[in-house]
Amino acid sequence: MITLSFYSAAAASLLAAVSGMLAANSGIAEQSILPIGLPDLPFHLRLDALSGFFMTVIGLLSFFVSIYSVGYVKGFIGSRPVTRLIVFYCIFIAGMFMVALADDALFFLVSWEVMAAASYFLVMFEDEKTANRRAAFLYMVVAHVGAIAILLSFGVMAGLSAGFENFSGFTFDAMRQAEFPVRWATAAFLLAFFGFAAKAGAIPLHVWLPDAHPVAPSNISALMSGVMLKTAIYGMLRVTFDLISSFPWWWGAIVLTIGLLSAVMGVLYALMQHDLKRLLAYSSVENIGIILTGIGLAMIFVSFNLPVMAALAMTAALYHTLNHAMFKGLLFMGAGAVLHATHKRDMDEMGGLIHRMPWTAALFLIGCISISALPPFNGFVSEWLTFQAFLLSPSLPNQIMKLFMPMAAALLALTAALVAVAFVKVFGVTFLGHNRSGDISHVHEVDRHMRAGMIMSAVACLALGILPSLFIGWTDILIEQMAGARLSTSASAGGWLWLTPIAPERASYSGFMVFAGILAVYGIVYAILHVNPGKIRRGAIWDCGFEKLTNRMQYNSVSFSMPIRRIFGFLFFIKEDVQITKAPHPVFPVKLHYYLRIRDRFWFWLYMPVSKAAFWVSRKVGRLQQGRIQVYLIYSFLTIIVLLLVKSL
Amino acid sequence: MDLQTAAQINSFLAAFVLLTAFGMLAQKRIYSLIHLFAWQGFFLSINTAIVAYVAGKHHLYISSVLTLSLKVIALPYILHILVVKLKIRKEVETMVNIPTTMLIGIALVIFSYYLTAPVTELSRLITRSTIAVALATVMIGLLMMITRKKAVTQIIGFLAMENGLFFAATSATYGMPLVVELGVALDVLIAAFIFGIFFFHIHTTFDSLDVEQMTRLKEGD
Repeated sequence: MITLSFYSAAAASLLAAVSGMLAANSGIAEQSILPIGLPDLPFHLRLDALSGFFMTVIGLLSFFVSIYSVGYVKGFIGSRPVTRLIVFYCIFIAGMFMVALADDALFFLVSWEVMAAASYFLVMFEDEKTANRRAAFLYMVVAHVGAIAILLSFGVMAGLSAGFENFSGFTFDAMRQAEFPVRWATAAFLLAFFGFAAKAGAIPLHVWLPDAHPVAPSNISALMSGVMLKTAIYGMLRVTFDLISSFPWWWGAIVLTIGLLSAVMGVLYALMQHDLKRLLAYSSVENIGIILTGIGLAMIFVSFNLPVMAALAMTAALYHTLNHAMFKGLLFMGAGAVLHATHKRDMDEMGGLIHRMPWTAALFLIGCISISALPPFNGFVSEWLTFQAFLLSPSLPNQIMKLFMPMAAALLALTAALVAVAFVKVFGVTFLGHNRSGDISHVHEVDRHMRAGMIMSAVACLALGILPSLFIGWTDILIEQMAGARLSTSASAGGWLWLTPIAPERASYSGFMVFAGILAVYGIVYAILHVNPGKIRRGAIWDCGFEKLTNRMQYNSVSFSMPIRRIFGFLFFIKEDVQITKAPHPVFPVKLHYYLRIRDRFWFWLYMPVSKAAFWVSRKVGRLQQGRIQVYLIYSFLTIIVLLLVKSL
Repeated sequence: MDLQTAAQINSFLAAFVLLTAFGMLAQKRIYSLIHLFAWQGFFLSINTAIVAYVAGKHHLYISSVLTLSLKVIALPYILHILVVKLKIRKEVETMVNIPTTMLIGIALVIFSYYLTAPVTELSRLITRSTIAVALATVMIGLLMMITRKKAVTQIIGFLAMENGLFFAATSATYGMPLVVELGVALDVLIAAFIFGIFFFHIHTTFDSLDVEQMTRLKEGD
């Protein structure tokens, strides 16, 4: 039953991915109208290059994750019913595809809500814990506030394209053809950006994300983080580049700023976490930030009419979208494998898992390298392209932007470095060293389905890393539709092996050559070390002259991130406390407790005041409720009298 | 019967409707209240029949018969049974004392005349002078609902309000279309039944029909 349903989900996802690939490659839009929906408001579908691209992203990762889920969900058998999980899993994936295919505001919002509701139930899967219910509720609230903003945005656009008195403007076709006055377009854009940013988890609307992702089952976290956030990116691109299509440069600046803020803050928060999945969730905030940075740059370039540069930035953003889906999917699947085997999420209780789970460790390492943007994997290519786009920004005709851009590029570089720190920590603390919680003999490698899912995404990471020219060729038409120029002419000037974003003499990169070089170096080192087996010997760890080193003295996640915590401490809400249980002799205390709690400052800055205000208002309004019928009748009586008076005056 | 006489009879009956409305405001005994309500329905029904005759709208005869059967016979009968079954012996209890209520009622009548003055000028119907009375009846019904403590008196207020609405429809536009009229009549009947069921439940739950008891249902702070 589990096998059958997930295999069919996998097959469907693969089909959708293939059709998406073809659509993105051909760039031909196909439309159809479904005769369902409300009377006179049928559902419009459209598969064009942009939705094709996102169909591919969603489909590929859903395919990998579905294969993985066969093994993962079997782990729940015996402890809780899984039917719910399977049903909502399939609805969730279907909802995401529907979002990408929708061609009218009504169907888009219906699909959007289907997706949100299904994922809500998935987050709630282990609903006996209070934290999970709270996380799911928070997710639902943020998702709905966002959805309202999106609804209003569509309302503005629909009203302006066909008049506020009829409904014919609700199709995207009508919005596409309409010319919006700048002020209204700005309102629509800001509303849509707010709504989609809430879904994407861009700072400061990210609070739901680090709560909801860790509590969901890991295959769901992989999908939520890998592709559900991308539907928000899709929505932004659809509204900005397709429906509104001409915009002033400062919209791009807003997107860029939010993107950079999310990138830097996201990774800093990620560094502070010791829960594996929570760390990955914050890292998603950071990656969404990088994608938004690329989109923001592309918007700025488009509005200054610099098509080639816009094409470069847009390619970087889309490339990172696909890459992030692949490696974040891989990492969450790996985290799921660890969770499945150890039943723990706290990294400080792990360590040394590489001995028990060699496959998972190796695949997780690939994910870590990819996300840390190191060659030859895919993360490097997209971030490198983003930097190339930044380096071209001096040709912008705007002084403010010229001043701002180097700073932005520096922030992005800082992000990249911090990500590497974070993932050295993740891999090192989880898989290397010795285990911190004692016996790990029960820990076992995961089954072949889970391994297959992870292997496929790892291969995708590698393929996207060493063959970027193929990706650029594939998205060529899409990029031309959005940015107005093709990148392939300059990008593959040096043949398929070399990626040259602008010109060969300016910058070039060959993932394949780097990969070959790394393989060669690895081979040589391996040969040198292993040609004479006697040279390697295993011994005890040097203990610096101390005795009795225990596993708990290893670097753990809290100590590893301590320097960063000291430097960037002002960004967090840190509570640190050391409690010493006194003993007869002051030099030898009995026990020492270290207490550390790190919280998001945004929660206190932004959300607490709002929720307090909401409670205050509802308490005031609650006074209207007297519980006496006569009083309620007086309310309506007075209302009628006042209305009649106002009318007659 | 010429138009002048019809208009006079109409006004005369309207005066009686208003009188019964004030009577209900002032009445302290529950049986008399039900009788007054029946009388109000009776005047309304006759008035409708006259308007039907003068204006030549035949469907208004049906409305008139409906009013007669429902509001003069059926509903008072149901209320009567309710009162007997629930053993309501007490007089009508009010929140505000009766003279004050009457004064508010008078103010409401003046207010309605003030409100409907522009409508009366525009209208060419013979019944135009009674629109204000109809509106006043609606408001007095609502006032009665507000100022009474017992649930039975509140439903009588509600029904009186409905009478006022019906009266307003007849005098402003010679009645609503028959379909609407039938729908409203059915609604009122069903509302009366639902109220009746509710009374039994309120009675069994709170051991009283005093709606003040319902404050206990209020959510705490």
